[in-house]
Amino acid sequence: MHVHYLDPYQPRHSPIHNLDSRVKLALALAYLLSTSLTPAGAWASYILLAAILLSAERLSDLPFSYFLRRAILALPFIFAALPLPLTTPGHIVAEFSLGGLSLRVSAEGLIRSASIALKFWLSIQMAVLLTVSTPFPELLQALRALRVPRLLVAIFGLTWRYLFVFADEALRLMRARSARSGQHPQGGYRSGRTLAWRAQVTGSMAGSLFLRALERSERIYMAMLARGYDGEVRMKPLPPLPIAQSIFLWIGIGILTLIAALGHFLTRLG
Amino acid sequence: MHHSIEIRNLSFQYPDGHLALSQVDLTISPGEKAALVGPNGAGKSTLLLHLNGILQGQGEVRVCGLDLRDKKNLPKVRGMVGLVFQNPDDQLFSPTVYDDVAFGPLYQGLPLEEVERRVQAALAAVHMEAYAQRVSHHLSVGEKKRISIATVLSMQPEVLVLDEPTAGLDPRARRNLIHLLAELDMTMLVSTHDMHLVRELFPRMIIMDQGRIIADGKTEELLKDTVLLETHGLEAP
Ligand SMILES: Nc1ncnc2c1ncn2[C@@H]1O[C@H](COP(=O)(O)OP(=O)(O)O)[C@@H](O)[C@H]1O
Ligand SMILES: [Mg+2]
Repeated sequence: MHVHYLDPYQPRHSPIHNLDSRVKLALALAYLLSTSLTPAGAWASYILLAAILLSAERLSDLPFSYFLRRAILALPFIFAALPLPLTTPGHIVAEFSLGGLSLRVSAEGLIRSASIALKFWLSIQMAVLLTVSTPFPELLQALRALRVPRLLVAIFGLTWRYLFVFADEALRLMRARSARSGQHPQGGYRSGRTLAWRAQVTGSMAGSLFLRALERSERIYMAMLARGYDGEVRMKPLPPLPIAQSIFLWIGIGILTLIAALGHFLTRLG
Repeated sequence: MHHSIEIRNLSFQYPDGHLALSQVDLTISPGEKAALVGPNGAGKSTLLLHLNGILQGQGEVRVCGLDLRDKKNLPKVRGMVGLVFQNPDDQLFSPTVYDDVAFGPLYQGLPLEEVERRVQAALAAVHMEAYAQRVSHHLSVGEKKRISIATVLSMQPEVLVLDEPTAGLDPRARRNLIHLLAELDMTMLVSTHDMHLVRELFPRMIIMDQGRIIADGKTEELLKDTVLLETHGLEAP
């Protein structure tokens, strides 16, 4: 019994999946950087960024609807940008009153708010694309290759691992309980007993969950020690990056830099 | 009441795409005791988990005449089917042994004296009376296994479904379990690799491999077919 639905990775054989995880991570980071550095209202740059994203999504062999559903994660950030048209000073394009409160919508505010919403939407989808196409352990290796401190990477890795231990354990407990939650065959008894009793059972299960997850992680740790773990995570060293992949990487970074620069250039002009 | 198991054309695929059961047909008559054998990964556990609706595949599963595709039947079925998981850590969820064995009868709403009586009887049946106040998940594997069986005996089910009940038991506990199963008058479907157990206890034997039923018949006859047994990773006792 295992928890699969938590793991975002979707195994496929697409060009995106086959790309070296270091290249993918570096390009995804460059994309996020370029998106966030592109100034508000540089629509041409946004179109180019969206085009890159959509082609990558297309190549990943997963349906667009998959990314759209996951991009819902961006909603809270988009909501946070919603009041901007009202609070940013500038050229007023609309004015209305709401229960004695007079609200002014500025053009600058509208542009800023739309740009921020778009940036989050694009960035989240790129992050989704990275995690669905790269197994988590490879992502950790790529982080190491990009010189993220070893300790930080180890913490990411262990958190990820114990999340699954925990969810797995919770799933087992709940399944065990439902397997024996039955009615008396002859009827005439109140199945489920009382709410208070069920609450008490659930409470003690939560207690067992923590204890069991803790003890199971202890056992995993002992198994690691038994196989020579000394507090340092060693991963199989990655082979040097193939030349074609590194050319692809630098071209990608070049294009993303140009897009951000184009954005600045256009907004200066405008 | 007819405490039967009827499975028609059942297929099941795990979320990762692995087809674990394919077009399984099986009928167990009321009171019949049948053994389910086959190599690791044959799909035995997957099949057994369908018998009280923990897993739901394509096809028809009826237990005691109740259709498991109808969610309304699940509480009834779960009261009548005692399912013991292969791994005792999947079975036990309460802080103490007593709580775990008492859960089923308590959930059914039985009066407390009756619950108490059933817990004592179930623990006695697996010779674990002294363990009532122990912490379940600190027991040894064999001890957990016996407690797991007690947790369904206390429900006095009409159909007993056991997944590799003798794996991990010491010889005496195994012997006791065999005596216990011989005495119980219930419909039984038991998956196992213990061919001595099969020969002693189960007149009927069902061989599974790669998600399909390969053979289904009289135990004494199937056990003579050494070629068949060897092809499917089994050994004659
Ligand atoms: N949660 C799961 N996810 C994916 N595949 C599984 C899962 N559980 C079991 N399987 C696979 O289904 C097949 C049947 O497993 P199982 O029913 O446990 O076999 P058996 O009990 O006969 O040893 C095996 O190939 C196993 O790897
Ligand atoms: Mg099994």
